[in-house]
Amino acid sequence: MSDTRTDDRSKFGEGVNATVLGADEIILNMGPQHPSTHGVLRVKLKLDGERVVGSECIIGYLHRGVEKIAEHRSYQQFAPYVDRMDYVAAVSNGLGYCEAIEKLLGAEAPPRARVVRTILTELQRIASHLLWLGTHALDIGALTPVFYCFREREEILKIFEKYCGARLTTHAFRIGGLQYETYDGFEQDVKRFCEDFDKKVDEYETLLTENRIWVGRTKGVGILSAEDAIALAVTGPVLRASGIKWDIRKAAPYAAYDQYEFDIPTRQTGDTYDRYVVRMEEMRQSRRICLQAIENIPAGPIMARIGKVLKPPPGEVYHAIEAPKGELGYYVVSDGTTQPYRVRVRPPSFINLQAFDKMARGSLVADVVAIIGTIDIVLGEVDR
Amino acid sequence: MANDPSEKDPNVKPPESPAAGAAAPPKPAAAAAAPPKPPAAPPKEAPPKPVPLDNELVQRLKARFGDAIREATLDRKQAIVLVAAAQLREIARYCRDDEKFDMLADLTAVDWPKREKRFDVVLNLYSFPKNERLRLKAHAGENEPVPSVCEVWPVANWLERECYDMFGIVFEGHPDLKRILLPDEWQGYPLRKDYDILKQDTDWVRENLGIESGQ
Repeated sequence: MSDTRTDDRSKFGEGVNATVLGADEIILNMGPQHPSTHGVLRVKLKLDGERVVGSECIIGYLHRGVEKIAEHRSYQQFAPYVDRMDYVAAVSNGLGYCEAIEKLLGAEAPPRARVVRTILTELQRIASHLLWLGTHALDIGALTPVFYCFREREEILKIFEKYCGARLTTHAFRIGGLQYETYDGFEQDVKRFCEDFDKKVDEYETLLTENRIWVGRTKGVGILSAEDAIALAVTGPVLRASGIKWDIRKAAPYAAYDQYEFDIPTRQTGDTYDRYVVRMEEMRQSRRICLQAIENIPAGPIMARIGKVLKPPPGEVYHAIEAPKGELGYYVVSDGTTQPYRVRVRPPSFINLQAFDKMARGSLVADVVAIIGTIDIVLGEVDR
Repeated sequence: MANDPSEKDPNVKPPESPAAGAAAPPKPAAAAAAPPKPPAAPPKEAPPKPVPLDNELVQRLKARFGDAIREATLDRKQAIVLVAAAQLREIARYCRDDEKFDMLADLTAVDWPKREKRFDVVLNLYSFPKNERLRLKAHAGENEPVPSVCEVWPVANWLERECYDMFGIVFEGHPDLKRILLPDEWQGYPLRKDYDILKQDTDWVRENLGIESGQ
């Protein structure tokens, strides 16, 4: 029987249904209603005692047909919908969409808008990572970090609220630039947050980084090698934790990222602990970007002159940004009318989740919770 | 109570009226929004449009695969190569091994119902060593299977399932081709252009959710 198991592991994406159950194997359903699946994700696990020998993710419970809706809305009308995909990083979704349409139009947002976009997107990255850290630690059994994380996340959401009136589904950007000027005191708010934030990250790290239970629950769990990561097109912090130094902000700079200095943190093992370390460092780097950007926001208009009715010339574009979860791509096809002919979203959560099977095989049931957490999925984006 | 609004009114109005009357220099917020028009509103550049592409990569592809490389274009500075669907897997493997496009970033489809072969299967590739993107496209008819690229890039597994789910394109050689986002028993392929936005599988909804469809 052990033979069939090793054979099983060598295959990618073989569902749990694909093999016959052995005498001491059982099927266990996790979810769709399970607190650690972060939404409505159902995972079917094939277990040999405590060990996972196969898994299948069953998704789609939150499918709303976002791509179909896009074909029936004008370019501007669709912008608020993208916020509802990765709803814990709505600003990043909006940035990707607006820039994709700008590329399609052959337009560009003015420098001031690009810098403000960069600041808000980096704040959003911090907020998204904080939510990940809090819930991930909670899943594994560390109850304290979530309170600390939400304390700082609240500060960021307050900045969003002051800027555009919304906390989660912000619709902060418009195609061509920004709708709103920054409010009075925006710079001070961001600066105050950033100046304190480094110490706050230290605080989280004192709770976790050398905590024996945390290390025991995460080191060596859910290992993903660099080759597998590339074969499965995993992106974002998960890819970087596997040792590949790749970040779209550096590889193909968008917004105003080419103006700022920041590092791309990487680790080598590709386990849950490494992904934790990478995301912690990313928060510090985001803070660094914000501090540089806030010092020098250029004056000038915030909106490009693109007209009120958008009719991009026929053609297509693929634009990708580095969202908190990985490569968020928009493939937009225009037929020259006011509505997109096709909008395809390349969702990082969906594609990273596919690597779950690879990470989970051979681990214990209790580790499955850690692995789901470490991929950092949002089901709104997985299912669209 | 009645006095409060009347007292407030004079306080509130003054800051507004100059801005509306445009007599005094308006507040910076209003100023930044419109007046300082950029000196030369960027003269309308020629609208972006696809142009034929003939670089070294395309030449190498043509030398290797001949007629299977149908067309190469550059659209918004992005390279697009249209290939024959039958040879998609070989071309994909060549792109991965020889041209170092080691990541399949995305795989999707576009429906053009009026065309003879209605579907575009679109593969967005990325090369880590070259930091370059390439888009492969293949045309496929309604009941025409497309070779699966799962063995070239394992990530294609879920992406092809989604494509099948939404468009009904069959990928030949896929290890487990079934619906992924919609329920297994669902009838119809929602992202096809002839699938109306209000349409849904009312029978499925009635049987499984016990409600009459709202539309």
